[in-house]
Amino acid sequence: MSAVPAIAAGVPLVGAFAIALAGRRPNLREGATFATGAALLAATASMWPAVAAGERPRFVAFEVSRVLRIAFEVEPLGLLFATVASVLWLATSLFSVGYMRGLAEHSQTRFYACFAVSLAASVGVAFAENLFTLFACYEILTLATWPLVTHHEDDKARRGGRVYALLLLGPSIAFLLPAIVWTHSIAGTLAFEPGGVLSGSISPGAAGLLLALYVFGIAKAAIMPLHRWLPAAMVAPTPVSALLHAVAVVKAGVFSIAKVAIYIFGPDLLGETSATRWLMYLAALGIVIAAIVAGRQDNLKARLAWSTVSQLSYVTLGALMANAPATLGAGVHIVMHAGAKITLFFCAGAILVASGKTRVSELDGIGRRMPITMGAFTVASLGVVGLPPAGGMWSKWQLALGTLEAGEGVLLAALLLGSLLSFSYLAPICVNAFYRTPASPSDRAIREAPWPCTAAIAVCALLVLWLFTAPDLLYRLLEPLTGGVGAGALPGTSS
Amino acid sequence: MIPVLSGHLPALQVVIPLICAPVCVILRPGRAAQAVAALGALACLAVAALLLLETSMRGAQSYALGGWAAPWGIEYRVDLLSAFVLVIVTVVAAVVFPLTRSSVEREVGAERRHLFYALLMLCLAGMTGIAITGDLFNLFVFLEIASLSSYVLVAFGAEAKAKLAALRYLVAGTVGATFVLIGIGLLYATTGTLNMADIAGRLPEVGERAAVKSAFAFLVIGLAIKMALFPLHAWLPGAYACAPSVVGAFLAGSSTKVAVYALVRVVFGVFGADYAFARLSVDWVLLPCAALGVIVGGIAALYQNDVRRMFAWSSVAQVAYMALGAALASAAGLSAALVHMMNHALMKSAIFLALGGIVLRTGALSVGSLAGIGRRMPFTLAALLVACLGLVGIPGSAGFISKWYLLRAALERDAWILVVVIVAGSLLTVLYAGRIVEAAWLRKPSPGALPARRIEAPAGVLAALWLLAGASLWLGIDTSLSVGVAERAALELLEVSAARWR
Repeated sequence: MSAVPAIAAGVPLVGAFAIALAGRRPNLREGATFATGAALLAATASMWPAVAAGERPRFVAFEVSRVLRIAFEVEPLGLLFATVASVLWLATSLFSVGYMRGLAEHSQTRFYACFAVSLAASVGVAFAENLFTLFACYEILTLATWPLVTHHEDDKARRGGRVYALLLLGPSIAFLLPAIVWTHSIAGTLAFEPGGVLSGSISPGAAGLLLALYVFGIAKAAIMPLHRWLPAAMVAPTPVSALLHAVAVVKAGVFSIAKVAIYIFGPDLLGETSATRWLMYLAALGIVIAAIVAGRQDNLKARLAWSTVSQLSYVTLGALMANAPATLGAGVHIVMHAGAKITLFFCAGAILVASGKTRVSELDGIGRRMPITMGAFTVASLGVVGLPPAGGMWSKWQLALGTLEAGEGVLLAALLLGSLLSFSYLAPICVNAFYRTPASPSDRAIREAPWPCTAAIAVCALLVLWLFTAPDLLYRLLEPLTGGVGAGALPGTSS
Repeated sequence: MIPVLSGHLPALQVVIPLICAPVCVILRPGRAAQAVAALGALACLAVAALLLLETSMRGAQSYALGGWAAPWGIEYRVDLLSAFVLVIVTVVAAVVFPLTRSSVEREVGAERRHLFYALLMLCLAGMTGIAITGDLFNLFVFLEIASLSSYVLVAFGAEAKAKLAALRYLVAGTVGATFVLIGIGLLYATTGTLNMADIAGRLPEVGERAAVKSAFAFLVIGLAIKMALFPLHAWLPGAYACAPSVVGAFLAGSSTKVAVYALVRVVFGVFGADYAFARLSVDWVLLPCAALGVIVGGIAALYQNDVRRMFAWSSVAQVAYMALGAALASAAGLSAALVHMMNHALMKSAIFLALGGIVLRTGALSVGSLAGIGRRMPFTLAALLVACLGLVGIPGSAGFISKWYLLRAALERDAWILVVVIVAGSLLTVLYAGRIVEAAWLRKPSPGALPARRIEAPAGVLAALWLLAGASLWLGIDTSLSVGVAERAALELLEVSAARWR
């Protein structure tokens, strides 16, 4: 037993209380957020050596009944997700200070407290030892982010919040909960175990149905046609869209799917189930359609949200493919897309704070007024597309290798088409920002957003660049998921 | 004195509230009556807790009332199932009665308060009696004590509609009671006894006779009316919505539960699962009714504009969940029904208390009038939210445990339609609970509708509310009291019922 995983999940909860208590003193309150973020990062980082060495820190918090227990166990994928979330939370907190004060938003204490609770739930999802713990944290994440989505408390927020709650809670109750109960009745356990717990005790047809229940039940992964909540969530303040709807919430979704694929079904059973293939094709379809829709959005945040829908399906697809490079690619894409997309959202937020602009068509020439912001936007765009020198290249590379290994030419084509489309909807923004002249002369007065915003953007953009040089770090951590093939033996590693 | 009394716990369970009732009437000033009722309810809870402890350690207890042995005298019989239900009923009473004085003062008025408390105690006596008696006719008597007092309690409601609702409740309840009485009469005629264990012992000899089959039908239908099982539920929404809030909270947490208990006791304890399900296939009636009840109750709740009526309809759906679990006739299903009985009692009482608090402060209870109330009554609404999340079945709440075990029981039987029904019921709950949440936190109050300052439910009501909501959260995290006892009780009941027919 090691209490570190539970401490990691508990720290943001304590932080939320501290934030609520310090509500009347903004500087102290934000100090509490940063302290909590640092403590969370320290807790997750401290587990890296042990987990990389093959240990699985484990903590049973309490037993609800003979069947249900709240317990945590840290495995590589979860640690990766938790680390990403905690690093980017710190960056987001920095950004939030600039953004929320810059716009003089109301109810900031509630905002920061709900943020902390959401992080606690995300870390709980990441470290869940069993399906019940995962489900509990998953639902808490939905509930804790609802006040953030509806932050503006106007008609638009109400409509967005309604779609958000119904499309996340609904599938989780309608599909995910029955899937979990069913899993328990078949396997007799809810625990995640390497190689899966179902193989041998379920017929292929039933396995297909169960897998579909999971994939559709985990609507946070936004697989089409269960993606509508994500564009709806864009009514939230930009830091929420950045951390939660580009990182914590959506990644909790694809992470949950990956976890179910790896530790409940296992690669063998997934390979034997014909439904897996159909779900992969559905994901591929989602990649392309969402990318096309993204290109048609004029609202910058909406375009980024649709892009997220498209990119999330890369992870889902890789997790379902379940061969070594695809699994690796799915895991690494969680990190790469998180870094790139949060940067893009920060840029969108910074533009809003600095100029009040929200539309892509208004951004002509803004790169000259906000060079740091738009430079970072360009770097992050490369990251989303998957081009060097951004980290996003490696995940796409591995995913492509995975489709080749599985002999799925159509899926490969979909992956590449998705990337091409993402280039077509991101590159024009960057080009127009730097090379076109602003439409109105008043744009000349625009300056960079408050320094906390710009600093957060710069840090995240540098992170995207750094990830290009450091895929080995991730490959080595994730190695056990791919059936123990040595990282050096994996195709495409840069060592 | 304690050792002497401890042998008479089963009798005390009924006698305490029964004596408290006339004492309340005699103590004319309402305040003293309230104190008596409060103390009586707390004493009842203590007795129920002791009984649960005793039965879980030493097994079922039999108590010959007045010293007259079983077939001739009335036997009080406390097994785990009885003790479990007793705890549910007395917990609700012990939280609601002592802490809601201010609410009763406003809604009932000073001059009738002593009568009100007397009736509450009579109702409590009836409910504990139903749960504890081992005699079928005695069960009918207690059923009527509980019912008659509830009719009057509902009529205490402030609006004129309350009288009409009480009348409807009275008519439906009387029909139900008559059915129960006919069923009991038929059983007495064929078996020559009224003691439940005795009847159960003799039924295998006479089970094929039409009279026994009709007795079964009369009893099941009569009790289905009392528990408001769809389509015999029409009395419930009006009765719960129009009653004074204290009555609503108490009845929502106890009356249907006790009727479910009576049905379970009669079907499993007297007739036996084998007779009821394998021979008479009562599940072919109960399961569709329950499934429809879950759906219809949920949909009707969705379309209510009066929030109390909304949650009363929700009760129709929740009772159907219990019937559904019981009608699966397995250990898993029965224990799921019992677990939900306890969880729902806590959550629904909390909800009705919260609604009572809101009415008291704002005088209105349509969904529209809740606009912006989340900011004015944050603690009251937070408790309401906790209870609503429980109704939905969010993990970490007691409601999740109920849903988990219900789903497990349905899957065990490969009853996929029921899985869909259970899940659909939860989704409907999300929708109607969502209406409240949206109104309370995301809509601006219409000008002048709410005072600008913060108003909360009266302190006592708030305390009771949080006690119940907190307990429902606790049962979502530690299920040793709910699932632990319910599983044992269900097994005990099924074993006894199986042994008879061997």
